[in-house]
Amino acid sequence: MSLAVEAPARPLLTGQRLAILALLALAFLGVPAFASPWTIEAILLPFLALSLAGLGLNLLTGYAGQVSLGSAAFMAVGAYAAFNIQLRLGLPLPLTFLFASTTAAAVGVIFGLPSLRLKGFYLAVSTLAAQFFLQWLFNKFGWFSNYSASGVISAPVLGFAGITFDSRESRYLLALTTVTLITIFVHRLVNGPARINLIAVRDNETAAKVIGVPVLRTKLAAFALSSAIIGIAGVLWSFTYLRTIEPEGFNLDRSFQILFIAIIGGLATLRGAFLGAGLIVVFPLLLSRGSAWIFDGGLDAGSVQLTQRIVLGATIVTFLILEPNGLSSILDRVTARVRSLMGRT
Amino acid sequence: MTGLALSEPALQPERRSFASRIAPVTPVTASAAPALQLSGISLAFGGIRALKDVSFDVRPGEIRAVIGPNGAGKSSLVNVISGLYRADTGRIVLGGESFAHVPPGRLPGLGVARTFQNLALFPGLSVAENIASGLVFRRPAFAWLPFLPASRREGRATAIRVREIAAFLGLEAHLPRLVSTLPFGLQKQVELARAMIADPRLLLLDEPMAGLTGTEKAAMAAHIRAIRDRLGLSVILIEHDIGVVMGLSDRIVVLDHGEVIADGRPDEVRRDPEVIRAYLGPDAAPLAGAA
Ligand SMILES: Nc1ncnc2c1ncn2[C@@H]1O[C@H](COP(=O)(O)OP(=O)(O)OP(=O)(O)O)[C@@H](O)[C@H]1O
Ligand SMILES: [Mg+2]
Repeated sequence: MSLAVEAPARPLLTGQRLAILALLALAFLGVPAFASPWTIEAILLPFLALSLAGLGLNLLTGYAGQVSLGSAAFMAVGAYAAFNIQLRLGLPLPLTFLFASTTAAAVGVIFGLPSLRLKGFYLAVSTLAAQFFLQWLFNKFGWFSNYSASGVISAPVLGFAGITFDSRESRYLLALTTVTLITIFVHRLVNGPARINLIAVRDNETAAKVIGVPVLRTKLAAFALSSAIIGIAGVLWSFTYLRTIEPEGFNLDRSFQILFIAIIGGLATLRGAFLGAGLIVVFPLLLSRGSAWIFDGGLDAGSVQLTQRIVLGATIVTFLILEPNGLSSILDRVTARVRSLMGRT
Repeated sequence: MTGLALSEPALQPERRSFASRIAPVTPVTASAAPALQLSGISLAFGGIRALKDVSFDVRPGEIRAVIGPNGAGKSSLVNVISGLYRADTGRIVLGGESFAHVPPGRLPGLGVARTFQNLALFPGLSVAENIASGLVFRRPAFAWLPFLPASRREGRATAIRVREIAAFLGLEAHLPRLVSTLPFGLQKQVELARAMIADPRLLLLDEPMAGLTGTEKAAMAAHIRAIRDRLGLSVILIEHDIGVVMGLSDRIVVLDHGEVIADGRPDEVRRDPEVIRAYLGPDAAPLAGAA
C-alpha cells in the first residue's frame, strides 16, 4: 500500500536509484558492446531467465506464502505454449509472450486450487503433481513438440517489427528488456495496494479472513501471476538461452534450483531473485574452473561434477544457517556499512 | 482537522462514523433492535462441550462484558460470532439477518470487527499497513492493481483514515515501523486500530488487556470507553480483570463450563451467589472490592 504516511517524499535520485540506473546502463549499453560471447551465453542468458523464474516464485512463496515445487513445469508450459503459438498461429512476438504467459497462468490457477485447502508442506507436495503431470504430458503427446522424433525441438528464431532475435546480443537484449519490464511491474505490484493482501494471507490467514481480505482470490491471483512470470522465464530459457525445448530441461531439479534461488536470495525481496540466480549460475562455473585448476585434469568429469554438487550443497546449507534471510539482507548490511563509512569522512 | 469528531465530547452513546460525520446523529433508544442476538448456541469439540445453549443480546452502544474462568468458552463464543467456529445449534442475528453460521468474509460488511486473544497482526507489514488492512474489504475490485488511478485514490483516502485512527490511539509516531518491532502493548493497540478503521457497529474484543502493564491497561480501558462514547458502537469485551470489567461494562454475561450462569448489570452480577460460588469460589473479595 503506497500510504503517504509510510513513504515520506523522497528526492528523485536516491543512492539506490542511481545504483539501479547505473546497473541498467551497464546492462543495456556496456554488456552488448564489451562482454565476451562466453559471458553472454554461459552466464548472462541463463542468469536472466532464472532470475525471472526466481522473481515469479518469490511473488508466490515470498509474498503470498504459498510454497511451490512445480516452477519448472510452469516454465515448460510457457516454453511449449510459445513454441506452438509461433508454429501454428504465427502471432507477433508481444502476443506470443502474452498468450504464453496467459496459458501458464491458467495452468497455474488449476494447480493452485489445492492451496485453498492445503498449507505448507502438504501444498508443496501437491504442487509436485504439477511437476510430474506436466512433464509427463509434454513427453507423452507428440503434438506439443510437433511430433519431433527425438522429443527435442529447436526453438525458432523470434522476430518482431523487422528485427530478428538471432544474434547473441539481440537475444540478450530481448531477455534483458523483458526481465526489466516485468521486474518494474512486480515492484509496483508488491509495493502497491496488493502488498497488504499478499502479506496478510501469508502472515495470518485467519485474521486476513475476518477483516475481509479475499483470501481465496488472493491466493489464486498469486498463483496466476507467479505462473505467468515463470512461464515467460521458460520462454526466455528456451528461446534466448538454450534455443531448444525438451521436457527434461524442466524437471524437478530445475524446480528445486528456482526454489533455492528464491530462498538464498531472500524471500519477499525482488533483488533477492537476482542475487540468488547470480549465485546459482556463477558459482558452479567458478567451481568448475577452480577444480580444473586444482586437479588439473586429474579427476574424471563425473567426480568433478559430484564434487561440485557437494560443495554447492554444503555452501547453501552453511549459508542458510548463517544468514536465513538471504543474500539480500547481507547486501543491506554491506550498504549500511558503506554509508556509515562515507558519512564519517 | 478531520480527526476532531473523535475528540468531541458526546453526551450519550451515539452512532457516528468517521466517514459520515455530517450526518445527523440519532440517539440510541432502549427499543432499538439489538446489535447482536444469540439464541441457543451450542458447540462441542469431540467430548468437550465448549458452549451449552448460550443466549444473550447486545444493545446498540453497549459495552457487554463476557467473563468466566479459564476454559469457560469465552473465546469459543467470539469465534462462533465471527464465523471461525460453526455452532452445532443456535442462531446468530446480526444486522437484521439470522445466521446458523456467519461467513467470516462477510463480517466487515455486517459491521463486525474483532481482535484476538493472541495477537493476530501481520508481522511483515508496517503499523500503517496493518491498520490499513482493515479497509481492504471496501476496496473496489481491481484496485489492488498498480498503475490505476482508482488504486491511487483509494490509497490516499486510506492513508488519511489511518492517520485519524492512529492519532486517536496515539500510534502516529509508530506508523512507518514494522509492526513486529513494537512492544506488545502497542501491538495490542494496533490490532484495535485495525478493527476500528472498518467503522464497525459491533466490536469483539477478546482479552484486549491480557499481558498489558497497569498503565497500558488503563489506557486501553480509556480507549475502549472513548470508542464507545464517541462512535456509539457496541462492544463485546472479554476480560479477566474484574476491576476493569466492573468499571467499564454496562452489562455482564458470566460463563462457566460453557453455560451462562448469570447475566445483568455489574452490581447485580457482583451480588449473584451463583457467580460468587462458581466463578470466584468462597472468596468474593475481589468483586466487592471492585465496586
Ligand atoms: N479449536 C479447538 N479445538 C478443541 N477444543 C477447543 C478448541 N477451542 C476451544 N476448545 C476447548 O473449548 C473449551 C473452551 O475454550 P475457550 O478457549 O473458549 O475458553 P476461554 O473461556 O476463552 O478461556 P481462556 O480464559 O483461557 O481464554 C476449552 O475446554 C478448550 O480446550
Ligand atoms: Mg479465551
